[in-house]
Amino acid sequence: MTVTDTKHAVTVRDLTRRFGSFTAVDRVSFDVSPGEIFGFLGPNGAGKSTTIRMLCGILAPTSGAGSVAGFDIMTQSEKIKAHIGYMSQKFSLYEDLTVEENIDFYSGIYRIPREKKKERKEWVIEMAGLASHRDARTAILSGGWKQRLALGCAILHEPPVIFLDEPTSGVDPMSRRKFWDLIYELTGKGVTVFVTTHYMDEAEYCDRIGLVYRGELIALGTPEELKNEHMKEDVLEVACDRPQDAMEAVEKVQGVKEAALFGRGLHVVADDAGKTVGALRSFLEMEGYLPTRVEGITPSLEDVFVSLIEARDRAQQPQKEVAG
Amino acid sequence: MKPMRIFAVARKEFLHIFRDPRSLAMAIAIPMLLLVLFGYALTLDVDDVPIAVWDRDATPASRDFISRFSASPYFTIVRHVDGYEKARHCIDSGEALAFLVIPEDFSETASTGQEIPVQFIVDGSDSNTATIAMGYADTVAATWSRRVMMELEQRLAGKSSSLPVDMRPRVWFNPDMESKNYIIPGLIAVIMMVIAALLTSLTVAREWERGTMEQLISTPVKGPELILGKFLPYFVIGMFDVFLAVLMGEYMFHVPLRGSAALLFFMAAIFLAGALSVGMLISIVTKSQLLASQLAMVVTFLPSFLLSGFMYAIANMPRPIQVMTHLVPARYFVALLKGIYLKGIGLEILFVEAGLLAVFGIVVVLLANVKFKKKLV
Repeated sequence: MTVTDTKHAVTVRDLTRRFGSFTAVDRVSFDVSPGEIFGFLGPNGAGKSTTIRMLCGILAPTSGAGSVAGFDIMTQSEKIKAHIGYMSQKFSLYEDLTVEENIDFYSGIYRIPREKKKERKEWVIEMAGLASHRDARTAILSGGWKQRLALGCAILHEPPVIFLDEPTSGVDPMSRRKFWDLIYELTGKGVTVFVTTHYMDEAEYCDRIGLVYRGELIALGTPEELKNEHMKEDVLEVACDRPQDAMEAVEKVQGVKEAALFGRGLHVVADDAGKTVGALRSFLEMEGYLPTRVEGITPSLEDVFVSLIEARDRAQQPQKEVAG
Repeated sequence: MKPMRIFAVARKEFLHIFRDPRSLAMAIAIPMLLLVLFGYALTLDVDDVPIAVWDRDATPASRDFISRFSASPYFTIVRHVDGYEKARHCIDSGEALAFLVIPEDFSETASTGQEIPVQFIVDGSDSNTATIAMGYADTVAATWSRRVMMELEQRLAGKSSSLPVDMRPRVWFNPDMESKNYIIPGLIAVIMMVIAALLTSLTVAREWERGTMEQLISTPVKGPELILGKFLPYFVIGMFDVFLAVLMGEYMFHVPLRGSAALLFFMAAIFLAGALSVGMLISIVTKSQLLASQLAMVVTFLPSFLLSGFMYAIANMPRPIQVMTHLVPARYFVALLKGIYLKGIGLEILFVEAGLLAVFGIVVVLLANVKFKKKLV
């Protein structure tokens, strides 16, 4: 099966990658529309980087089909490479080269025409805020600078699709904020951005999110859809004394499925918030935890994610026991 | 192949080399240092063999015989001893390499024209030097004997006869038979092989280790463009090394360059292309700098040193080893360099070596390009 889709920037069907007996990516399917910010959210080792590498044409898929920027991922990986920008986790700059030398190298590699070369270079330097560090070796730059320079080098040729693999790891919050502003600027011009992250707050910036866990795509949708539709249970926020002890105690209350520490209080997952609020409050008062607040809230992405993962683990447990 | 990409890679690689003083030192200083060290240390000439002498006769005749040794440039008498114990000590301590014993009846026997047994004890722990020293001693003794015999004959018969054969050797290409004249050209080949492979052995592996290769393979750059771009700066450095080595051969070791210098550099360019590609291939296959540099050293140094004919004549090797030497590229370059340097011959005679060298280069370049994959794993 080949998929050549021109409507979507990225299309993937049953994409699978195995390393020996380990399945890093397991039958993943999704579409990304042009101009969209698509987030791939999941814990470390879930298969995010493996997926992104297959889409960029630097890792051969074991099976499945897909297209990126209109080219087939199984047969046209070299064509894909001319139409994408990829930024790997390590901000792969040459540290012994200066800022300008790094940019010059990549503009040579991407064969930027002479008349555009200078303009693109100035754009990258300005975008990264490196005007006063043009001749500085990249090794001395801070994480945020390196990250923006690496992004600049990867998109010198103005590709329609950009892949960013955990672009903000090891970067301070201010730089992260600036980075996301840049991403919005790019998508405003119609560029498609595919980004992986394990930061929940960052996932909220995405137009759509795919949740990956152990190589499988377990949920797909906008952040709102995920919060409202993918979580069957309700979430109650509890503020009380000794939350750590209370966390274990409240699981005895009828209707409570689980509880987790959240900030200075608890997030309690219940089948029905309305029915559980009263019981929970009186239980906490009776046990002396002095609750100051017990109320239903909109679940955060983290709640959704934790709940989905646990549901997944519960569903797989019996299978494993049978198999084991 | 797009020149713009090749140029971008070559420029970047040049910058890496010039920013890292250690790699520059390795590229320029180490080959020169090796040439000086090996050039001076690796001399196969045996002269001034230190000998101890026990003259049990102590007559004018025996002293005349001994003086032939002290007058020869090949021997130096370091000590006169009386007794085997003392002579033994001289040889044990390394003070003398050989020990000459003149018997008590030396002059008496000489006057009768009978054979005189003269003992010459040699330290055989270095068999090469021992063989050469024995040869020299034979020559000294034979020359002396011939003179004595002729004198005796003249006295008895009143006329002197001559020997049936008078061999008049003449040495071509290296008339003074100085070993440096054939060691230096061979040494240039061996050193260039090792250095060239070492230089490129890091270049691809370093990018894999630092993670920059992952970025590079996600761009449209093609394998051959990347390999050629990386190859060019090292080729320039390698040719510069050859140039320095030839200069040192000329002005430091005074090795005569009888053939065409242009042909020498042309052959060096072909050899270098192959040798650099060996390092590149190793780097591509191992993806590890440590492993690549060790492997480059192992696969180039020993074969080039032992099997290239640089020091040990290939014709003297057992048949299976002789066949193996055909796989050692330095073999062809050693033959070419010795031919161009000492014999002054050109491609009309050396075309087989030149052709095989080119074949080797082409095979390795192709292999490196085939082995380089723009994929992870």
